Amino acid sequence: MAPRPILTVDGLSVEFRTRNGTVRALESVDLTVAKGEVLGIVGESGSGKSVTAYTVIGLLDKAGRPVAGSAEYDGVPLIGTREKDLADLRGREISMIFQNPRAALNPIRPVGKQIEDVLLRHNQATRQDAKEKAIAMLEKVRIVDPPLRYWSYPYELSGGMCQRVMIAIALACNPRLLIADEPTTGLDVTTQKATMDLVQELTRASGMSVILITHDLGMAAAYCDRIVVMRKGEIVEAAPVAQLFADPKHPYTQKLIAASPGPNSKLSDLTAVPDEMEDAAPVQAPDAPPVRVMPPSRAPLMEVTNLVKEFPRRDAKSVWPWQKSETADTVFRAVDDISFSLSRGESLGLVGESGCGKSTTSSIVTRLLDPTAGSVFFDGEDITAFRAAKFARLPQRRKIQMVFQDPTDSLNPRFSSADSISDPLRRMVGLSGAALTKRVEELSDMVGLPRHLLTRFPHQLSGGQKARVGIARAIAADPMLLVLDEPTSALDVSVQAVVLQLLDRLKQELGMSYIFVSHDLNVVRLLCERVIVMNKGKIVETGTAEDVLTRPQQDYTKTLIAAIPQLDPARWRPPQTAAAPVPKAAE
Amino acid sequence: MRTKLAQVGRRLLQAVPSVIGIIVISFALTRALPGDPAVYFAGAMADEKSIAEVRVALGLDRSWIEQFFIYVGNLFSGNLGVSLNTGRPVLTELMTRLPASLELTFTGLGIAILIAVPLGVLAAVRPGSWIDHMCRVLVTAGVSLPTFFTGLFLIYLFYYLLGLAPSPLGRLDILFFPPEHVTGFYTLDSLIAGDGETFVAALKQIVLPALTLGLFALAPIARMTRAAMLNALASDFVRTARANGLSSATVLGTYAFRNAALPVLTTLGMVFSFLLGANVLVEKVFSWPGIGSFAIEALIASDYAAVQGFVLSMALLFVLVNLAIDTLLTLIDPRIGLDG
Repeated sequence: MAPRPILTVDGLSVEFRTRNGTVRALESVDLTVAKGEVLGIVGESGSGKSVTAYTVIGLLDKAGRPVAGSAEYDGVPLIGTREKDLADLRGREISMIFQNPRAALNPIRPVGKQIEDVLLRHNQATRQDAKEKAIAMLEKVRIVDPPLRYWSYPYELSGGMCQRVMIAIALACNPRLLIADEPTTGLDVTTQKATMDLVQELTRASGMSVILITHDLGMAAAYCDRIVVMRKGEIVEAAPVAQLFADPKHPYTQKLIAASPGPNSKLSDLTAVPDEMEDAAPVQAPDAPPVRVMPPSRAPLMEVTNLVKEFPRRDAKSVWPWQKSETADTVFRAVDDISFSLSRGESLGLVGESGCGKSTTSSIVTRLLDPTAGSVFFDGEDITAFRAAKFARLPQRRKIQMVFQDPTDSLNPRFSSADSISDPLRRMVGLSGAALTKRVEELSDMVGLPRHLLTRFPHQLSGGQKARVGIARAIAADPMLLVLDEPTSALDVSVQAVVLQLLDRLKQELGMSYIFVSHDLNVVRLLCERVIVMNKGKIVETGTAEDVLTRPQQDYTKTLIAAIPQLDPARWRPPQTAAAPVPKAAE
Repeated sequence: MRTKLAQVGRRLLQAVPSVIGIIVISFALTRALPGDPAVYFAGAMADEKSIAEVRVALGLDRSWIEQFFIYVGNLFSGNLGVSLNTGRPVLTELMTRLPASLELTFTGLGIAILIAVPLGVLAAVRPGSWIDHMCRVLVTAGVSLPTFFTGLFLIYLFYYLLGLAPSPLGRLDILFFPPEHVTGFYTLDSLIAGDGETFVAALKQIVLPALTLGLFALAPIARMTRAAMLNALASDFVRTARANGLSSATVLGTYAFRNAALPVLTTLGMVFSFLLGANVLVEKVFSWPGIGSFAIEALIASDYAAVQGFVLSMALLFVLVNLAIDTLLTLIDPRIGLDG
């Protein structure tokens, strides 16, 4: 028998008081973490994976309260223990790192001081040597020039650096259990990999146990020893990582694995396991060709030549307004002389890390931003000849539409679904009355949004439903080009799968062209024929999606692809079944 | 540090346009007042000829542009004209009365901060508790009760009914001599002079009017503190601090309150300007010899030099206070100045 686990959670149930009565957030959760083990808790939003961690560490919201079960850390009970005793454990024995590291650090306190606070609190340092130890911690998490960075504020550091500081704070007192709650969400893939590798290295070195909470199966597969799958507050399956991926027992696990785009998955695979919870109308999986081939040469819809966008530098070193800047570069080139073309009916992926210029490019292409130089020909006409503000009133406006990243923030909270969808119809197409109602209903059928949801407001809709409203609004005016700016990055994997299929079907039905902006190469590959990889405002590599992903030519592309935590269930499957398709469930 | 100093310097430069604007507006406003100042200056018995003479003597026969430059020239030499009401130079009047007003305003603001900030913090730490409800009641009362009413009510209660407070007539009981002029604040000056009795007497006089002002200023400060504190407590970095087991004193003080203090500080600048306006009424109620009551009398008598001087000094004071608060914010908040 294995030695006593460091953390034991037994039959833990948690209830939340809400305006509409109490809600069970956790339903008799059992789990154990052995010494030195990395346990992954995987699930979609609302599955209770974070609530589990917060309950264990005693940081639960005031509205939430454990109603049954127990949790023990190394023999010490954690539920119902006085806050003062729990606070002694936190940071010293059990530490936590969070998502969105920049917000998780005190914005007006130097990061070194924040490390000191923890050291001093748990008597791991005296006033005299605290600074020295804090700098040593910064060095341990490989921050360049630690004595200088000791005085940095979070806003002066990149997201990845902030997460390193968070790790330094969490590990400062040598805890024996680290809880990482979506530690890399919002970071670039290469930063993601570097951060997780660092966590792995540091925790392994000291035999620390880790609970990794994530929605990303690929990441869980890459870094965990054992995985617990949660859904709606319950654990549906727990198994060692190889076993879980090779032979998932629970249908939900199967569905999650199927919905996570891997290097070899096809669009139709994503929803091969039916979704019993999605209340939207089922979307027929299209019979898309398995490998996307470049369509025969078609007339270009859009031609971008020598596009440049410069922004004035904010951190220019001039101290007084009348002084000349000390640095030569007073402008920052976000987009640096790029050219590409897009055929009718083609989808083009625009891939790169944050700051590579992909969003700036898409904003110029949609004419929301004026370029510094270069031109964009759309349907044979130079649309950069008009200023962005004037373009909004031109007929071409309705031909280029956009789907935005955050389905919640991009909908007017005071507009019902019908209002949102009819807005472009009224403004750009000039529909009204019965014709308008009819078109809105048509559109909602097209995107698979049940008609009874048309009267609802964004806060009454699920993430997937909001995404559908956003898509219906974008296609309302019959655009020829749809620019999709990370349309699925805020969605759960199973919802993402459905939305991707919807987008693919709409493209075929309506013959639109797509420019798909994303950081996720696996997702881009599913939807796009051709891919452009950007870095620092320049195009690094371009080619068919298959070629770029499987045979990257440039070093940058190779790093980018290597950094994606690949989820390839076939890796764990015995060879004879590796080629077998995921069983198609009956519709 | 050098960039910080430069930021402060830049902020000081930004005040220059406001000051120029104030000078222009104070000039234009008083010229736009109804009535002919020359008629007032010449007196009731004056005939056409003497009015014309007065007009020439005052420079009112010249063009507006010329008058403006003369006005600016006078300003720089410290000449604000002569008050018609009192017959003394406006500058002297303002200088003797300003300390009285400032003493009252600062004491009122001090009382408000001392009550409102802890109240707001406690209300945020325990939302829904009795202290939160008390905070809400006080905020509502402070907003809805006009200062002259609170002032009169306090006088009625503490002077007329209970007899605890001295008669609400000015800064010091007539039995005492004002302390030697150092700061112009009677309470401070009497302490400097080591005169305990005068200090107590001055304190007794200032308590009620300062309380009246304090009640008025309390509402926005308590409200802002509560909101900012709730915001800070719900933030990710407070969660981090708690996840690291930091003591509740550190979590509340170093992490939550220091961040919450930034918006509160900004509000203080606004509250101060409200107080400058509220001062006028409170000084009237308590016969406080400040510039507020001086301004009312001047306004009633169309004493344009005095009104002009009042508007000018109030506006400058307002700019000064906001400048001080912005400078303070720049020094506290490392993020300010980079995205500005």
